[in-house]
Amino acid sequence: MSTPSLATSLETSDRPTDVRQTLIEVRDLKVEFNIRGGVVKAVDGLTFDIKRGQTVGIIGESGCGKSVTARAILRMVPRPGKITGGEILYYRYSRYPGKDGKTKDIEVIDMTKLDPDGELVRQIRGGEIAMIFQEPMSSLTPVYTAGAHLNEAITLHRLLPVKTLGDQMVEKIMEYRPVTKDEARAIAIEMLRRVGIPKPEQRVDSYPHQLSGGQRQRVMIAIALSTEPYMLIADEPTTALDVSIEAQILDIMRELQQTANMAIMFITHNLGVIASMADEIVVMYMGKQVERAKVVDLFYNPKHPYTQALLQSVPKLGPKTGARLASIEGMVPDPLNLPTGCVFHPRCPAFMAGKCDKLIPNWTNVGDNHWVRCLLYEE
Amino acid sequence: MAEVAQNGKVDNLLLDVHGLKKYFPIQKGLLRRVVGYVKAVDDVSLYVREGETLGLVGESGCGKTTASRSIIRLYEPTAGQVLFKSRVLSPDGQPRMVNLLELNREQMTKVRQEIAMIFQDPINSLNPRMTVADIIAEPLVIHGKYQKGRSEEIIVNLLERVGLRADHLRRYPHEFSGGQRQRIGIARALALNPRLVLCDEPVSALDVSIQAQTLNLLQDLQKEFNLSYLFVAHDLSVVQHISDRVAVMYVGKVAEMAGAEELYANPLHPYTEALLSAVPKPDPLYKSERIIMQGDVADPAHPPSGCYFHPRCRYAVDRCKTEAPAFRELKPDHWVACHRAEELQLKGI
Repeated sequence: MSTPSLATSLETSDRPTDVRQTLIEVRDLKVEFNIRGGVVKAVDGLTFDIKRGQTVGIIGESGCGKSVTARAILRMVPRPGKITGGEILYYRYSRYPGKDGKTKDIEVIDMTKLDPDGELVRQIRGGEIAMIFQEPMSSLTPVYTAGAHLNEAITLHRLLPVKTLGDQMVEKIMEYRPVTKDEARAIAIEMLRRVGIPKPEQRVDSYPHQLSGGQRQRVMIAIALSTEPYMLIADEPTTALDVSIEAQILDIMRELQQTANMAIMFITHNLGVIASMADEIVVMYMGKQVERAKVVDLFYNPKHPYTQALLQSVPKLGPKTGARLASIEGMVPDPLNLPTGCVFHPRCPAFMAGKCDKLIPNWTNVGDNHWVRCLLYEE
Repeated sequence: MAEVAQNGKVDNLLLDVHGLKKYFPIQKGLLRRVVGYVKAVDDVSLYVREGETLGLVGESGCGKTTASRSIIRLYEPTAGQVLFKSRVLSPDGQPRMVNLLELNREQMTKVRQEIAMIFQDPINSLNPRMTVADIIAEPLVIHGKYQKGRSEEIIVNLLERVGLRADHLRRYPHEFSGGQRQRIGIARALALNPRLVLCDEPVSALDVSIQAQTLNLLQDLQKEFNLSYLFVAHDLSVVQHISDRVAVMYVGKVAEMAGAEELYANPLHPYTEALLSAVPKPDPLYKSERIIMQGDVADPAHPPSGCYFHPRCRYAVDRCKTEAPAFRELKPDHWVACHRAEELQLKGI
């Protein structure tokens, strides 16, 4: 038997290269938590899509529903949270051919309809849509080595071609088999090398406590990418890290995205990080999407008063102006007791009495794929 | 206690730290034999003038927090000198420089009235079983300054000054949000009218909008009460915003110290340059050459030879591998520890 190349084949041609192809379409998503004090609408009417090879950033303050959105896509919303409305359409391109040896076309799966413990979700989760979490400390099991973590993902989700059944000019028909233990280890070492861990042959046998914070987060990225996912959900991947390590990690993510045409959903509250990573940005406030625009439009022409205030409240590097920071007055409201009308109105500098506290703003298009939910822009 | 002459070159000093060292022993075996030391703070010298803010930045594990805690002797320093201009220890009430490391327990307790601390974690730094009133009153009680009626008035004033309401007094910390809890911590720090406040990452646990509120509050309070801050943080943008001068630390040593504007515009140490270039800017059209530092921060238990930064430095020469650079004043009020500081042309922001 001829052994196929073991090199991780992120550059392989078996993935669609058309950048504009939609991968995930979220339509009017609603997630609610039914707790003792009432119902918390953690995500309320979220609509956006992610195309292949594109990076979508989701920004907002803590508690605004960023992470719940990410978990909803993978059907991992913790109890008592429930998806109560909307749909998450996943345009699935099956990577491996079926039993008949034929590749299938793209099929559309509504993730909200799937059984969260079912076979299909478990194939997608980790295998086709991978996730990296904020806490590199607590997301790795302390009793397993880095290699064991990688092994688990690889043996569950990776198949290797056995032989070419027929080469029909257009597509290669191949038979696939699961990876063996030795191959999984080889892939694991290769992945660790890719994410820039020195001496991967030795580090693969290291336990999490033997690795530094930056190395742990790199192991997390290696785990996520070892399955060659079509999309990576990165939930605050660099928040716990220092700037110099953060710069390294962001570099690795950008590089791997380019070689693999992978989509990234990047969740953060750091406006500097998102400016350098995202193509499109969704701004969330109290579970609602307040603005969505291309990255340059959002930073240079923000429409929603919340986005404007958020951008002004970060101190900027550069010549010192001595000015005070523009802060957003007041506090984030109690999620059980949301203000009427627009949820941002008690803190809004452009508050219009009699209007903002009564009417719920609609999702309005204000220009080239630039959407905003604010009464200032409604007729 | 020995009175110490003021540093001649710098006037109006409030805090003057010389050669501060804090080594933590590494113990092994049954007999707890000391097999080595973690040099968390290794020869740190810095100073704070009255009414100014000194920012102390660096990556995690570089010794910023240990340095600030050693100054107030929450950790007993291994060596060094911490001169502080104290009022309470002076017999005639005139502020006078004293070396904090030579004080006895009683004197140290006394001097802590003048040095307050604000902690990073607003959740764990407040006792969950005490009400807000008790938390803010505690420093007054400890120093025997609590008087019924009058002190309560002071507490209410303080609470209102930091943006909370008098009816919050009887509540417990868990009833507040992170930003509000940090305000309680600030009110507690100000209860004794300190002159120096050590702020240990006071805003890093807060959201951006709350962070801006808190930074503004700290600046207002500084003007109002003529406070001096030693502001420890890892966020370079925040530090630049709030500081008059900035000290950059790397593996237990100060690499560079200068006026905030000067340091960010004309860094003299390669580490400062790399750090500045790595900060992500909130501007999608900003294209910069990011200097990606290779590898991790050096291990303070086994630091490299010579200059601790040389394995990650792109300008390193042979001399850097063998000889540790001295911390010297290259320009007026601009200190740096680098052999090549004169010849290098480094890029600021």
